[in-house]
Amino acid sequence: MSEPILALRNVSKRFVKSLDAAERMANLVGAGLADEVVHAVDGVSLEIATGEVVGLVGESGCGKSTLGRVVAGIHPASEGEMLFRGKRLAEMNAAERHEAALRVQMIFQDPMSALNPRMRVAEIIGEAPRFHGIVPRSELSATVDDIMLRVGLDPAYKRRYPHQFSGGQRQRINIARALAVNPDFLVCDESVAALDVSIQAQVINLFMRLREELSLTYLFISHDLGVVEHICDRVVIMYLGRMVEMASTEELFARANHPYTQALLAEVPRLDQRKRTFAAIKGEIPSPLHPPPGCHFHPRCPHAFDRCRAERPALREVAPGHISACHLNDAAKHSTGTSL
Amino acid sequence: MSPVLKVSGLKTHFFTRAGVVPAVDGVSLTVDRGEVLGLVGESGSGKSVTGFSIMGLVDAPGRVVEGSIELNGRELVGLTEREWRSIRGKSLMIIFQDPMMTLNPVLRVDTQMIEAVTAHERVSRRAARARAIEALSAVGIPSPAERLSAYPHQFSGGMRQRVAIATALLNRPDLIIADEPTTALDVTIQAQILYEVQKLAIDTGTAMIWITHDLTVVSGLADRVAVMYAGKIVETGTTDQVLDAPRHPYTVGLIGSVPSHNKRGQPLSQIPGMTPSMTNLPEGCAFRPRCPRADDRCRVTPELTPTTGALARCHHPHIPSEAAA
Ligand SMILES: Nc1ncnc2c1ncn2[C@@H]1O[C@H](COP(=O)(O)OP(=O)(O)OP(=O)(O)O)[C@@H](O)[C@H]1O
Ligand SMILES: Nc1ncnc2c1ncn2[C@@H]1O[C@H](COP(=O)(O)OP(=O)(O)O)[C@@H](O)[C@H]1O
Ligand code: SF4
Ligand code: SF4
Ligand SMILES: [Mg+2]
Ligand SMILES: [Mg+2]
Repeated sequence: MSEPILALRNVSKRFVKSLDAAERMANLVGAGLADEVVHAVDGVSLEIATGEVVGLVGESGCGKSTLGRVVAGIHPASEGEMLFRGKRLAEMNAAERHEAALRVQMIFQDPMSALNPRMRVAEIIGEAPRFHGIVPRSELSATVDDIMLRVGLDPAYKRRYPHQFSGGQRQRINIARALAVNPDFLVCDESVAALDVSIQAQVINLFMRLREELSLTYLFISHDLGVVEHICDRVVIMYLGRMVEMASTEELFARANHPYTQALLAEVPRLDQRKRTFAAIKGEIPSPLHPPPGCHFHPRCPHAFDRCRAERPALREVAPGHISACHLNDAAKHSTGTSL
Repeated sequence: MSPVLKVSGLKTHFFTRAGVVPAVDGVSLTVDRGEVLGLVGESGSGKSVTGFSIMGLVDAPGRVVEGSIELNGRELVGLTEREWRSIRGKSLMIIFQDPMMTLNPVLRVDTQMIEAVTAHERVSRRAARARAIEALSAVGIPSPAERLSAYPHQFSGGMRQRVAIATALLNRPDLIIADEPTTALDVTIQAQILYEVQKLAIDTGTAMIWITHDLTVVSGLADRVAVMYAGKIVETGTTDQVLDAPRHPYTVGLIGSVPSHNKRGQPLSQIPGMTPSMTNLPEGCAFRPRCPRADDRCRVTPELTPTTGALARCHHPHIPSEAAA
């Protein structure tokens, strides 16, 4: 692996859910309710190499967007440290930190809500480079044209407003806006999920082309395993704030180790499966406010045993470059007498 | 066997200030007992309006302007609102993408489910309650008797959708229309619901129209598929016919753009252009501006015609030997 462009070391992000008015009232009569803490991201370590595409997968609420926001510098981490090109963010001076923040850009799911409806496309794309003085004023218009062409938008439309574009075009505007500050790293949070099937393919192709042309690195958040399998080099699986497995895409899809990953892969609907019998993983996604103790997955896991209910499994290497957090790996190791 | 539902030449148009929107423009389809028909298309293609029309739920400025909808041989177009109410909720049910369109947030689940039964049938509350418990357990809700006294917001999104489905099943309807009910759910929860639904169609013989934009869902669930584009069905046949040997260039394009159909890391095959605006459709075939096979003949609207395999609305359908290539 080449030098990591970005590294996370044991990063956690907690949110405090304050009491609402009704709960404060209840406290007046002695209900004794306290603020609740959501452990949205719980001790994640990850290195991403320059030019790599890393997929981040997991069920709703497992902390994907939160981790993406920490990486993009939108949320500060509550714990742990982040390194950009080998340098700890905490050690950077203001100018360096500002520079690092510009290098990592985020693209969101909903193309419309991320765009200011009262600004013209040229202003939306040109705003950041103008504000940060990246492009001289005289060249701004030409730069905007270049970026629009690069993402497949006709510069003739630069004076239009976002609502005058289709969903797929709006997502291109979002991508153009992110590219305008010459980032090295894009965090794509469900960036194709809201698009129609035929348009989704166009935007995925655009992401892949930009990666080649601009040597970009991606953290690609998606619940769509088909898309992840297609474009990612490596995949991280999250469950209730924790990384539970990570491997190269080929390895993960061929030899998933964690019972949760195995279940997820089994649920992926595929075109070549006809009248299949759906045999779902049992149970609901637990609340991140009250995660189950031990292995978070144990209430839904078909292999859970006593230890799983008490002890958090650590991430261990199960094959070169393939890590997984499941007590079964210890059991297997002991029973076969091999060690890693 | 006569079909449960027979829709012929249905046209539902919206009369807006921007012009007439031909949201559904000549749709014909049938569904048999115990059969699941997958109605597939991109957003705005007219899937929901088709479903709403069958349910008699189209409001101004929209109106069914032409065609016929027969449920077990009875014509529904032209029924009075009173007649509709006796059918809706009894023989015909709809499940929406957002379960809160069906569930009342301020009523307990048992109140709603019992009322859904007693509104259409003379049964004791106790019998209605027993039926509600049975329906909840049929959709996989654990300890249904206890969950009955909860309010909808006390359930997760996936659970709520299951409650909505259980409510739809209460009166053993002849036809259920499911409008993207699993689109907002995680794959794990989606699979649980598809599993229950599949079992129900088999066990109870309820006919189903499953509306979705997701071809992969249809492939696992449906017996037959109808593909919609710009208000018209452009291809229909058995699931195997449509997905394994598509005839219409739009279906071919859609299937080609599914990532698993492409070599990993290679550009996806893509359909150029955008989904069309319904107030400004091109003359002739609506897919013409995006179609690699278009020629002058396509300026004349094609009819849905038999090909070798599925029915396709195209002057130049793919033929089997090409599809294999
Ligand atoms: N600003 C916030 N304040 C409080 N809690 C938050 C905040 N942002 C996220 N959370 C909580 O943190 C957890 C993780 O949320 P996150 O948005 O990262 O999930 P996600 O994996 O992106 O889910 P989805 O697939 O639904 O987008 C959730 O329980 C969420 O409610
Ligand atoms: N109340 C309405 N007024 C005007 N146009 C409508 C209305 N409802 C739907 N339409 C139009 O009808 C077409 C089909 O919509 P719909 O059936 O909802 O599509 P989908 O296939 O996404 O379910 C769209 O062009 C939509 O804009
Ligand atoms: S640690 Fe236990 S509960 Fe967790 S995934 Fe492994 S076997 Fe299942
Ligand atoms: S009729 Fe013509 S334009 Fe329409 S799909 Fe067929 S070949 Fe393409
Ligand atoms: Mg998210
Ligand atoms: Mg719809």
